[in-house]
Amino acid sequence: MSDHEYTPKSKVGKWFNDRLPLLTLANHLTDYPTPKNLNYWWTFGGILTFCLITQIVTGLVLAMHYIAHADMAFDSVEHIMRDVNYGWLIRYIHANGASMFFLAVYIHIFRSLFYGSYKAPREIIWIIGIIIYLLMMAAAFMGYVLPWGQMSFWGATVITNLFSAIPLVGEGIVTWLWGGYSVDNPTLTRFFTLHYLIPFLILGLVVLHIWALHVPGNNNPVGIDVKKPSKDTVPFHPYIVIKDGFALLMFMIVFAFFVFYTPNILGHADNYIEADPLVTPAHIVPEWYLLPFYAILRSVPDKLLGVVAMLSAIFILAALPWLDTSKIRSAVFRPLYRQFYWILVADVLILGYVGAMPAEGLYLLIARVATAYYFLHFLVILPVLGFKEKTLPIPLSITEPVLGGSPNLATAKKREFK
Amino acid sequence: MTDKKTNRRDFLFTATYAVGAVGVGATIWPMIDQMNPDASVKALASTEVDVSAVNPGKTITVLWRGKPVFIRRRTQDEIAEARAVKLEELKHPETDEDRAKNPEWLVMLGVCTHLGCVPLDQKGDYNGWFCPCHGSHYDISGRIRKGPAPTNMEIPKYEFVNTNTIKIG
Repeated sequence: MSDHEYTPKSKVGKWFNDRLPLLTLANHLTDYPTPKNLNYWWTFGGILTFCLITQIVTGLVLAMHYIAHADMAFDSVEHIMRDVNYGWLIRYIHANGASMFFLAVYIHIFRSLFYGSYKAPREIIWIIGIIIYLLMMAAAFMGYVLPWGQMSFWGATVITNLFSAIPLVGEGIVTWLWGGYSVDNPTLTRFFTLHYLIPFLILGLVVLHIWALHVPGNNNPVGIDVKKPSKDTVPFHPYIVIKDGFALLMFMIVFAFFVFYTPNILGHADNYIEADPLVTPAHIVPEWYLLPFYAILRSVPDKLLGVVAMLSAIFILAALPWLDTSKIRSAVFRPLYRQFYWILVADVLILGYVGAMPAEGLYLLIARVATAYYFLHFLVILPVLGFKEKTLPIPLSITEPVLGGSPNLATAKKREFK
Repeated sequence: MTDKKTNRRDFLFTATYAVGAVGVGATIWPMIDQMNPDASVKALASTEVDVSAVNPGKTITVLWRGKPVFIRRRTQDEIAEARAVKLEELKHPETDEDRAKNPEWLVMLGVCTHLGCVPLDQKGDYNGWFCPCHGSHYDISGRIRKGPAPTNMEIPKYEFVNTNTIKIG
């Protein structure tokens, strides 16, 4: 992968590297040529790696004290909170860590959407990313079931019942998922197993995600190819390591704020009531990071079509590299796309808001309009825009706008007309 | 292209693949089927309920196979209301006579057919049940009238053991 041959300096290093080229890999990672114009939106890859490792480490520790049994799960979580040394801290890091993970992944995804990072030759990176995102949702959902509170139980009931919308085999699939005729102990134990497994699957996919990234190299805010190694790039270490590290520290401040000052603000009070199969909480909502999709589900007044719409809203992202027909990657040079991009951001935020509100009256109407627009954006606006939009001239290299004094559009444009 | 005759080797390949596929399937099936309800879950098949203390206009909820079952003793007004509904008005047409063999007693699974929440008693636009999760309205016969649920609330298999006892399952 590296553009130059690497030989370790020491004799032992050379002996080892000839047998297992780990040092060549390490050298590739430190020397990896990175576009020098990357902004702070590019630091979320590193932040996400931190989030994954945090979840795995805190999760391992929690699993030493948690008991996956319908009669004991709720009490064992309270035991962690009250009796286990620093149990409260570890559990709050793990619970808020899930939210922080999604916060970072949404910024990461929307950065990709703005700068066109999903376009050729980076489609595989993007698709692996979408699979990781799906697995994250599965892991988060199953993790939320484990404390066996009211929201755990009824969240599990509603989400598993989505499968009952499948014609003919739906009911059978749901019974199979439950291991019974309702969400119960067999469901809890298998969710615990899968919740433990999925992070390691994600870890494997992250390796593939980074591997696929290192083939073409990073996209960048200007969205043009860089010649590497050249004056367009800097080595990953120390330049990007320091920048990522600084961004990570800022992110950890936000993380710590939630853990130490408002550890329960992102959860639901109902989940501190033990699961009761006879009473559904009056207002049942998923965690904030699933709300936009929940709003899409509820905006369709038909069971099967609602489920289809919700799943399509996620899977449509995988087709994005082919739905966006524009050859220009970065929104900096796409004046119309830039506007539609921000409308989409607003649309998703609105969906998230109405997803948390009761599905009736004005909220339902807004949810329906926003759902329609979401699909319109991907299925109509993006394909058409690639042909109709008059894009701005792109610079010849990423160095050009920088040396021109300012990386902004006006400068790039002025220089073009000289 | 040359016309290839099926020879001994092709037959052996096909036979090997076929036997291999059966072997893989036979190995995977136990791994899948272990997730289905086990013998101890299936054993909890029926429940007997004493309903002598239920007054007209009241509903009790009992647990059967991990799911709530509503047992409502309906008033004469409610029975009249349920029986007056025309089949054309229903999304999932079923007569009240079919749903409640003994019109005074409505026995049904208290599980919304949309995504499985427990609907609330005496709420909603049709004077029956209302599901708080996604807003399905059921009438006093437990039939879906408005909202995303596709079918009426299910009637389990039950029988009156005597005038005061219902056996569900």
